[in-house]
Amino acid sequence: MMIRTMQSAFLMAALVCPTLALAQETSQLSAGDTAWMLTATALVLFMTIPGLSLFYAGMVRSKNVLSVMMQCFAMTSLMTVLWMVYGYSLAFDATGMEAGVTNFHSFVGGFDKVFLSGMTVDSLSGTIPESVFMTFQMTFAIITPALIVGAFAERMKFSAMLVFMVLWFTLCYTPIAHMVWGGDGALMWDWGVLDFAGGTVVHINAGIAGLVACLVIGKRRGFPSVAMTPHNLTFTLIGASMLWVGWFGFNAGSELAADGTAGMAMAVTQIATATAALSWMFSEWLSHGKPSALGIASGAVSGLVAITPASGTAGPMGALLIGFASGVLCFLASTKLKRALGYDDSLDVFGVHAVGGIVGAILTGLCVDVSLGGAGLADGMTIASQLWVQCKGVIFTIAYTGILSFILLKLVDVIIGLRVSDEQETQGLDITLHNERGYSL
Amino acid sequence: MKLITAIIKPFKLDDVRESLSTVGVQGITVTEVKGFGRQKGHTELYRGAEYVVDFLPKVKIEIGVDDAVAERVIDAICKAANTGKIGDGKIFVFDMEEAIRIRTGETGAEAL
Repeated sequence: MMIRTMQSAFLMAALVCPTLALAQETSQLSAGDTAWMLTATALVLFMTIPGLSLFYAGMVRSKNVLSVMMQCFAMTSLMTVLWMVYGYSLAFDATGMEAGVTNFHSFVGGFDKVFLSGMTVDSLSGTIPESVFMTFQMTFAIITPALIVGAFAERMKFSAMLVFMVLWFTLCYTPIAHMVWGGDGALMWDWGVLDFAGGTVVHINAGIAGLVACLVIGKRRGFPSVAMTPHNLTFTLIGASMLWVGWFGFNAGSELAADGTAGMAMAVTQIATATAALSWMFSEWLSHGKPSALGIASGAVSGLVAITPASGTAGPMGALLIGFASGVLCFLASTKLKRALGYDDSLDVFGVHAVGGIVGAILTGLCVDVSLGGAGLADGMTIASQLWVQCKGVIFTIAYTGILSFILLKLVDVIIGLRVSDEQETQGLDITLHNERGYSL
Repeated sequence: MKLITAIIKPFKLDDVRESLSTVGVQGITVTEVKGFGRQKGHTELYRGAEYVVDFLPKVKIEIGVDDAVAERVIDAICKAANTGKIGDGKIFVFDMEEAIRIRTGETGAEAL
């Protein structure tokens, strides 16, 4: 009886209220944009779990398969909570910002949105609910630390990884996201840095942190003389394919609307990715004699990374150029450069994400020009000046993240130690850190 | 009685099994093994990191036979497993003291 009364009460309310609510909101909320952004958010989450998890899991040895999948899963959960508690606020709260003025809040947001305070079902961000915008950005905050995991795979303590990632998220991710995407008054926004979907915020940021992490933590035991072959490249290919599909949410979703720019972002993402897959494959074929499955998949990811900052401004010809350049250069970085320098970036986070991110960020400044089919330079900018602004953004991010990541890693090393023991490393992290095995065949 | 052990290329297993049945062999034991001989290993390449794989996968077949058919069995394996290329494998022949069928307790040639 009670339930029935409540039901009829809800029915009555539903009949009366929606019309009132709609009358207030229709001028701003776009159902089309909102529907696309709900979908895009799910696509970007899908990139981390299971996309990136599988991509990475296939490349490690079977004794560590769970450890990397677990790290990606833990990042998804941990970053969600941190984003809710203070991350969203530090990245997107606009307190104290003034266009053209560099102050403390040019670097980081305020605390007005801590615990998502003020966000209700009616809050809007542009033409979509703020809840959707917040969740969409959350999925970016999830994948960025998860990308770093690949650099120190197979040797880092799970506990140390959690502590490092909390610090890194707080001091590297949220400030860089704020500086690039914070709007008028944010440091790199005011410089005019073009980073549509996170080439700087996500990929250079994660790639540099990965390089610093693998240098501070040190090589895996036996690297490079002991064979450390990927244990299941079918996982890696499936994961790369999921990343490719999910990336449409990442790039076309970054328009925050279902419009022509989103459509073009989708097209250039597809073109650049395919081009990079081929250019990595042919580079490998030429220099090593055979085309490899790992190579074509890595090439696709390098293309996805490189088109990310350009996806809102480049045209199809620009995508072809960015894809070609990233496939070749990321191939050289992950093979020749890595071997020449001898660092053990287990899954090539630096070679693919930092190098791809830098190639993309710089070429974004070129491909935005109308002569290459781009959306056109901002008033008063030339290709040269835009290229310089792009380089400034890259250099600043490398320096900022490089230095801070180094300090944070040293700090965690002193407090809890970054590395597992030699015995644990030899036995594998699955059994020694998680008391489980990935396979009981 | 002889115990014949043959190491062959894995893809030749079906051919060898068939040709053994035609010469009347009633049962064999098969094991997947790894090893190297003159064929040596091969190299694998992952993002430019080259690994030499010393041990190649092979299949080991063990057959207990009566002295009278041993030659024919060895012949059958040789013909079926031959590709003419390096890495075709080897056959080892041992004298076998005894054979026992567990179910019935039969011994000697009866048990084969």
